[in-house]
Amino acid sequence: MAPTNSVGQGTNGVADESPNMIVYRKMEDFIARMQDDKNGIPIRTVKSFLSKIPSVFSGKVLISLEALHLGTLMAAHGYFFPISDHVLTLKDDGTFYRFQTPYFWPSNCWEPENTDYAVYLCKRTMQNKARLELADYEAESLARLQRAFARKWEFIFMQAEAQAKVDKKRDKIERKILDSQERAFWDVHRPVSVYGLQNDVRSHSPTHTPAPEAKQPTEEELQEQITFWQVQLDRHRLKMSKVAESLLAYTEQYIEYDPFLTPSDPSNPWISDDNAIWELEASKEPGQQRVKRWAFGIDEVLKDPIGREQFLKFLESEFSSENLRFWLAVQELKKRPIREVPSRVQEIWQEFLASGAPSAINVDSKSYAKTTQNVKDPGRYAFEDAQEHIYKLMKSDSYSRFIRSSAYQELLQAKKKVKRHSLTHHGSY
Amino acid sequence: MRGVTSARQQHQLAEAGEPWWRQRESERKRPNTRTSSTIPSPLCASSLKMACQALQSGESLATLKNESDSLKKKLEEERAKLHDVELNQVAEKVELVSALSIRTRRVLKGHGNKVLCMDWCKDKRRLVSSSQDGKVIVWDGYTLNKEHAVTMPCTWVMACAYAPSGCAVACGGLDNKCSVYPLSLDKNENLAAKKKSVAMHTNYLSGCSFTNSDMQLLTSSGDGTCALWDVESGQLLQSFHGHTADVLSLNLAPSETGNTFVSGGCDKKANVWDMRSGQNVQSFETHDSDINCVKYYPTGDAFASASDDGTCRLYDLRADREVAVYQKDSIIFGASSVDFSLSGRLLFAGYNDYTINVWDVLKGNRISVLFGHENRVSCVKVSPDGTSFASASWDTSLRIWA
Repeated sequence: MAPTNSVGQGTNGVADESPNMIVYRKMEDFIARMQDDKNGIPIRTVKSFLSKIPSVFSGKVLISLEALHLGTLMAAHGYFFPISDHVLTLKDDGTFYRFQTPYFWPSNCWEPENTDYAVYLCKRTMQNKARLELADYEAESLARLQRAFARKWEFIFMQAEAQAKVDKKRDKIERKILDSQERAFWDVHRPVSVYGLQNDVRSHSPTHTPAPEAKQPTEEELQEQITFWQVQLDRHRLKMSKVAESLLAYTEQYIEYDPFLTPSDPSNPWISDDNAIWELEASKEPGQQRVKRWAFGIDEVLKDPIGREQFLKFLESEFSSENLRFWLAVQELKKRPIREVPSRVQEIWQEFLASGAPSAINVDSKSYAKTTQNVKDPGRYAFEDAQEHIYKLMKSDSYSRFIRSSAYQELLQAKKKVKRHSLTHHGSY
Repeated sequence: MRGVTSARQQHQLAEAGEPWWRQRESERKRPNTRTSSTIPSPLCASSLKMACQALQSGESLATLKNESDSLKKKLEEERAKLHDVELNQVAEKVELVSALSIRTRRVLKGHGNKVLCMDWCKDKRRLVSSSQDGKVIVWDGYTLNKEHAVTMPCTWVMACAYAPSGCAVACGGLDNKCSVYPLSLDKNENLAAKKKSVAMHTNYLSGCSFTNSDMQLLTSSGDGTCALWDVESGQLLQSFHGHTADVLSLNLAPSETGNTFVSGGCDKKANVWDMRSGQNVQSFETHDSDINCVKYYPTGDAFASASDDGTCRLYDLRADREVAVYQKDSIIFGASSVDFSLSGRLLFAGYNDYTINVWDVLKGNRISVLFGHENRVSCVKVSPDGTSFASASWDTSLRIWA
């Protein structure tokens, strides 16, 4: 039985950089450190009842939950195993474990056949029964395999006999170790399935199948790449210090809105089983915390439906709502099915931009000229330039007026009273 | 043979201490065909002129390759120039996050096989999940009620998404398609009958997301492309080419005004795209293995990635570089999924070693490890109001944590 070469290393020696191999190598790094003479885990021969158990280490080396978890995973892959049973886990107790020989490591891309398993089980029956009796599931497997390979059983039997002969010649202790390692190898590749479920630790998802040999890029592709790098080089970049400050500032501002960091008020429904907070948000009355957020930036107002409503209401009171209404109409346009786009574009043009439009908006001449062109061949982005211009206008003008307005300030203050009121109501139910 | 390391060379490199499997620049799967309605990227006049000149002077492929490589190197140098400080250094002045007491608050059982993907509804309590055996289930996470169930005609449903209106879900996987199912209020109605095929790729569907409307769907695929579709007509609105291997994940930028999204794939690259033009506007390549998941920071100025190399990384778009790596020696299994808490301070990451790690985004340290799942964590998503996050796992369950 030899490790396959087709999946791991190709016959021409090409490396497999698959994600699984990366994990195997990391685990093997750990194994190497564990086995290190000076700093690794002590491996020794233990004197048990009537005999000696060679080359083992105790599960008590673990000192943390994480080490236990990592160790369990490595055991499940077969890098080490308990010497006495078939369960591939690692326990933080006096149980003894042995390292698997590198020959059997998963990184060699084993995919052992059923015939190999049959030879192994057959060989087991030929050995000293007292020591290595087959487990129930192994006996079942053997019976099944005998039926499946009825025709070539003689051949399988001969191989098993040959292997048993070689084993008998080995040193008793060496044999003990090799037998346990072989048994552990088969525990990984032919695991005992408890509820008929595939204990598929090493399972592959379709996204990680090995890939065919990569193609060389064409001249056209290289030219595209070159253009791409040139564009990137021209990009304007910010200094890291500035970026870091910006990230810190955002976190600081929003930390009180983050339920994982600041206990929410009303309580978090997932924790308290009380969904008052969701009901409050759904109601037409925005809480103080929510209103306060609108002052952080225009996007906060625009993304909150009640914020939009209040903003619109304020602008209508000043008879200057056409900008926001245009912006909202264009957002809505981009959400429609492509079929509806041409007619919607016309509607928006007539309402906001055509000469004599009822809700005429003021756009710079460049955007206006471009939009006039776009409208002739209307697509979802016909008003992109105009919308950008209007957004900037709103941000610098209407939005700041809204936040400074008495209407907004009232919302910010008034909610305090409403909140207390609603709390007492809550209590009386 | 060019590009191949012989066994002897491998041995030599190993002796020299080099990890030989990294010496060769690997490009895994490449898309087999390009969709016929590719909209070509408009080259500006000067670069078009340069391209013509290059062709005229008969430059060989090798020369072009050298030019491309040297430009790439120059870009790395330019990016490095503005790296005057580390994020975690600046973050030293910020208070430590006090001990979090995050626990499983709900366990959703009902899938018979590995759960591969999930998505929240905007109502903050419902969610949709999809699994290896083709089942797609809509749950009320709060009450644990299963509200809808559909069996897809394919296995490995790797992607699912909830529509913004809450009235439909999209899903797909090994069928190479993304289909939309309207959710009926009538429980007896056969959902499968109303199914609408929207997206068609030439390889498996790895991710899907509605834009801010029920009418548009953004998809990523094993064929190496992403695409934007009109749901009603199934028309391809825009396709995105640039990845040189399977695309595994995508995420839309959280902006009221922006039109961008980020994608990550088996070519180890994370690309930022302009939805309107189809152009790749920014690209990052610092991971050592496949990128399984990409997720924007709440402001849209940065995004995080999770990779099979066991690390999660933060990339800032303004600084145009990687600004943090979230890793530990003891984490050797791949990271499958990430998401930010509402303030962007916490990063929740799911791993193939069955755990979920909670990272301090600014300081870079790990705050806690969450155990509970009994197999790989395939997907992690924070709820729309940030009150919880859900995790999906190969152990057939979903958990909600708070």
